[in-house]
Amino acid sequence: MIRRINLTINGDKVGIDVQPSMRLLDVLREILNLTGTKEGCSIGECGACTVVINGNAVNSCLIVIGQCEGSEITTIEGLEKNGELNKLQKSFMEKGAVQCGFCTPGMIMSAYALLLKNPNPTEVEIQEAIAGNLCRCTGYKQIIEAIKSP
Amino acid sequence: MSGDFNIVGRSVVRQDAYAKVTGQAKFADDYKFPGMLFGVMVRTDVSHALIHSIDYSGLLDYPEVTVCDINDIRGSRKVGVVTADQPVFCYEKIVTPGDVICMLVGADESQLKLLTAKVKTELEELPLITDPEKALDPDATFIHPDKKSNLIVHYPLRKGDVEKGFHESKHVIEQKYTTPLIEHAYLEPEAVTAVPIEGRGGVRIIGSIQNPHTTRRIVAEVLNFPLTKVRVVQAELGGAFGGKDDLMNIISARAAIAAIKTRRPVKVRYTREESVVESYKRHPYIMKYKVGFNDDGIIKAMKIDILADGGAYASMSPFVTWRTVVQATGPYEIENVHTDVRAVYTNNPYTGAMRGFGSPQPIFAQESLMDEIAEIIGVSPYEIRKINGVKPGSITASGHKLRDHDVNLLSVLERAERETNFTERHKECSRSANTKFQTSQKFRGSGFILKKDEMLDNRDIIKKGIGLAVSLRGCSLGAEGIDAAAAYLSVQKDGSAYLISGLAENGQGLRTTFSIIAAEVLGISPEHIYYLEQDTGIIADSGPTVASRSTIMGGSAVKNAAEIIKKRFEEMLLTYWNIKSKDQLLFKNNRVYEQSRSISFSELCSLAYSKGLNMSAIGWFKGPSVHWDEEKGQGAAYFTYVYGCQVAEVSANLLTGEIFVDRIVAVHDPGKIINLMGAKGQVFGGVTQGAGYALWEGITTYNGNIRENNFDQILIPTSKDIGEIESIFLEGEDIYGAWGAKSLGEPTLELTAAAIANAVKNATGLRYFNLPLNPEEILLSRKLSPNDLSRGSTN
Ligand code: FES
Ligand code: FES
Repeated sequence: MIRRINLTINGDKVGIDVQPSMRLLDVLREILNLTGTKEGCSIGECGACTVVINGNAVNSCLIVIGQCEGSEITTIEGLEKNGELNKLQKSFMEKGAVQCGFCTPGMIMSAYALLLKNPNPTEVEIQEAIAGNLCRCTGYKQIIEAIKSP
Repeated sequence: MSGDFNIVGRSVVRQDAYAKVTGQAKFADDYKFPGMLFGVMVRTDVSHALIHSIDYSGLLDYPEVTVCDINDIRGSRKVGVVTADQPVFCYEKIVTPGDVICMLVGADESQLKLLTAKVKTELEELPLITDPEKALDPDATFIHPDKKSNLIVHYPLRKGDVEKGFHESKHVIEQKYTTPLIEHAYLEPEAVTAVPIEGRGGVRIIGSIQNPHTTRRIVAEVLNFPLTKVRVVQAELGGAFGGKDDLMNIISARAAIAAIKTRRPVKVRYTREESVVESYKRHPYIMKYKVGFNDDGIIKAMKIDILADGGAYASMSPFVTWRTVVQATGPYEIENVHTDVRAVYTNNPYTGAMRGFGSPQPIFAQESLMDEIAEIIGVSPYEIRKINGVKPGSITASGHKLRDHDVNLLSVLERAERETNFTERHKECSRSANTKFQTSQKFRGSGFILKKDEMLDNRDIIKKGIGLAVSLRGCSLGAEGIDAAAAYLSVQKDGSAYLISGLAENGQGLRTTFSIIAAEVLGISPEHIYYLEQDTGIIADSGPTVASRSTIMGGSAVKNAAEIIKKRFEEMLLTYWNIKSKDQLLFKNNRVYEQSRSISFSELCSLAYSKGLNMSAIGWFKGPSVHWDEEKGQGAAYFTYVYGCQVAEVSANLLTGEIFVDRIVAVHDPGKIINLMGAKGQVFGGVTQGAGYALWEGITTYNGNIRENNFDQILIPTSKDIGEIESIFLEGEDIYGAWGAKSLGEPTLELTAAAIANAVKNATGLRYFNLPLNPEEILLSRKLSPNDLSRGSTN
C-alpha cells in the first residue's frame, strides 16, 4: 500500500510515494540518496542514524516514514548552507572530533538539536545529549570540546 | 630539533574531515551500482556438526534467487591469513555458530532474508569444546580433523634457569588471571560490493576493508584468478581496530563469487547481529604467573603459562600470541624466564587481531603482579618498577639488547609519577582502603543486605584509589612477519601532489600523517597533497595495517619517496641557479630558498616539468632484519620499541560495586609526533577502549553462541562513562621511523585496564584477577555468568 508522504527535508518540500511502514532511515538512504545518515545497530542504540525532526534528535532507524507526515527533517547534508559549513561542522574539524567518521553525522545532529534548544550547554548537558551516540574511536573528549565551543 | 620542523609535530586538521562532517564521505554501504544484487548468508543453529547434505528444494519456486555455495568455488575452498583453515562456504563441518553454508543472491534483500529458512541441512552434531583448557585433552574431538590436534600454535621462551632463580628467591608467589572475549565494536558493520569488470574477466571490490592487499590475495585464491584480475578498493572505513581483515576477506570472496556467477554487482552488508556473530574478537587468555623475588625487590625468576582461546579458526592467533610471548614479562629485565604461550582451537567465536594484539592481556596480569610484589616487600608500585624496569642496554626476556633508541621506560614512569604525585597518593588511599569491606564476609558473596548496626558511614561508601601500569612494546610485525612498505608520490606541474601508501587508512588518520610527512620534506603545506583512494591496482603490497606499523613503516616509505623527488629538484637547481652545493637550499613555506633568491614551489614544478624531470617516485622502507629462535624463544624480536606509563585514578562505590574512572594520565614515548591532534585523538580513543576492557566489556558465550549480539547488551563506553584523560608525550629519538616517528595507537589501549585494576585494589584493598571489573566482580568477587559459576576471583 503505497502512500504519498509530504515532508520538508533540509529546507526542500518533497512528496514521496512510499510504503508508510518503511523506516525513515531507509527512505533517506535508499530513496532520497542522503547516505550521510548511517546505520550502525538498527535498534536505536548507537545513534549513527540520528536526524533532527521538528527540532528533536531522533533515531531514524526507529521511525517509520508514515509517522513523518508534515515534519521538518534536517539531516547532516542540510547543515552546510550556501557553501558555508555550520559552526558545529567547523569545530568538529578543528577540534579533531572526527576519526573514522562513521559516528560523526549522528553525533553532529545530536549536538545540533542540543544547541537549538540550549545554545550554551554545560559539559554535563553535552555528555547527556550525546549519550545515545556511540563512538568507538575518539573517546568523546574532542567531540565534547567541539560542541562546547563551536 | 622540533624548532626545525615546518608542520611535523603541530596539530593539523585531518584531510578527510570535511567529507566526514558533511556526510559526503562514502563508506562501503553508501556505494550503489546499476543492476546491483544483494547477497544474504545462510547459517545453521549449531556450533559443531558434520554436514551431511544441504537441500535447496525449498527455493525451487524462486527462480530469481541464485545460490552460491562450495560448488561455485574454482580455487581455494579454505583460506586464512596465516593458516588456510576457514572455508568460504562450509561443506564438511560447522565449527562455530558464525559459519556460513551458502549465500542467497537476488535483488530483494528482505525477501532473501526470509528465504534463508527454506534452505534445509542435514547435520550430525558433534561434541562441543568450549573450554580452552579441555581443547588439548587426549580425548578431545578435533575441530579441524586434518590438523590432528587442537593446538594452533605453541611458543616457548627460555632464558636462564628458572628453577635456580626460584631457589635463590626469598619470596615466590603464583597467580592466575583471566581476560574475556572482546568485540571490536567498530561502529560500521561489514559491507562490500563486488563488481565484475566488463570485458576483462576480472572483478573489482569496494568495501570496508582493512587490508586491501590481503583481501586481494584471498579473493584471487578463491576465484583462482591472478592477483592482477582482482582489484580491491577501500571505501571510507568506519573503524576497524584490527577487526576488518579475515572476515572481510571472506565476505569479499563470497561477493566476488556471486558477481562472477551472476555477472552483476553484488553487495553484501551485515546487520550488527550478523557482524557480531561472524566476526572475530580479541582472545580470552588464561594466564598463570609464578614469580620469585627477594627483599631488595629484584625479580629473580618468572614462569609464565598462557593459554589463548583461538576459537574455531587460526586467523591471526599465531602472530598475536607471538607478541605475547615476547612481551609477557613486561618491560622488566629478568634473569631467568620460562614462558609458554599456546593458542588452541575451540568451538567458540574465533579470535584474531584486535588493537593491542596480544599485549593487553599479559599487561593486566604482569602489572597486577608487580603491585603485589611491591606490597609484599613494602615498597611503592613506582619503586618496584624502577628497580626492575629496562634501561638503556638492558636485555629483554628474549635476549634482545635495547639500544639505538631512547630507552625511555623510566622517563615515562617518572614523569607520570610526578604529574600525579603518585607515590604519596597511593599511600594515602591504601591507608583508608575500607577494611570493613575487605574483611567482612557480609559484603562478600553471601547476602550483602546490611543489618541495622552495620550501616556504613556515607563517607566510607566512595573510596578513592590510584594505580599505574607500564609497558614496552615492539614496533611493527617483528620477526614473524615480512616487514616492508611502499609509497607513491607524484608531484604535478602546478606544485600539487598525489600520494598513496600501501598501508591503508583505518580511520586513525594515516592519510593526514603521511601527507604531513611528504609535505615536510618538500617544504609545502599538506593541503597541496591529494591522497589517492586506496586501490591495489596502483600501489604495491605493503603488508597489513596492523600492529601500529603504519607510522613507522609507511611513514618511512613516504619520507623516502619525498626525499627522492627533493633530491632531483636540488640537482636541477644546482644547474639552474649555477651553484656548487645544495647545502644552502631550503625547502620551506611553499618556496625554495638559496641565500637571497627563492622560487615558489609551483614555479619550481612547472620548470621541472618543462625540463622533463621525473617528479614521481616510489618510496620503499624495509624493516631491518630481526630474527627469532623458535625453540628457545630468543632473538632481537622487534627492531625498535616504544614505552608508556598510564596512571588511573578511580572512585569505587563500595555499596554498588561501581567503579568510576576519575582521571587517566597517559604518558607515552611514541617517538616523534607527526600530527599532535591525531596523536591526542589516539590517546583519548585508546584509553577509553582500555577503560571499557577494564570495567564493562566482555562477550559471553553459551555452547559457542554469543549472548550479546547488539549494542543493547554489548557495553562499550559512552560519553558519560570516563572522567578526564590527559595525554603527555615524551618524544624519544630513534634511528628508525620518519625522524624517529614510531607507534602510538596500541600502547594507548594496552595499559589502561591494568592501571585501573591496580587503582581499584588501592581503593578497595582487594585484588581482582579477572576482567572486566564489573560491579558483580567487585561486590561478589565472582561473575554471574550462568555457565561459569566457578569463576571465583580472589584466589
Ligand atoms: S542505527 Fe539507529 S540507533 Fe543505531
Ligand atoms: S569517529 Fe569512529 S566511531 Fe566515532
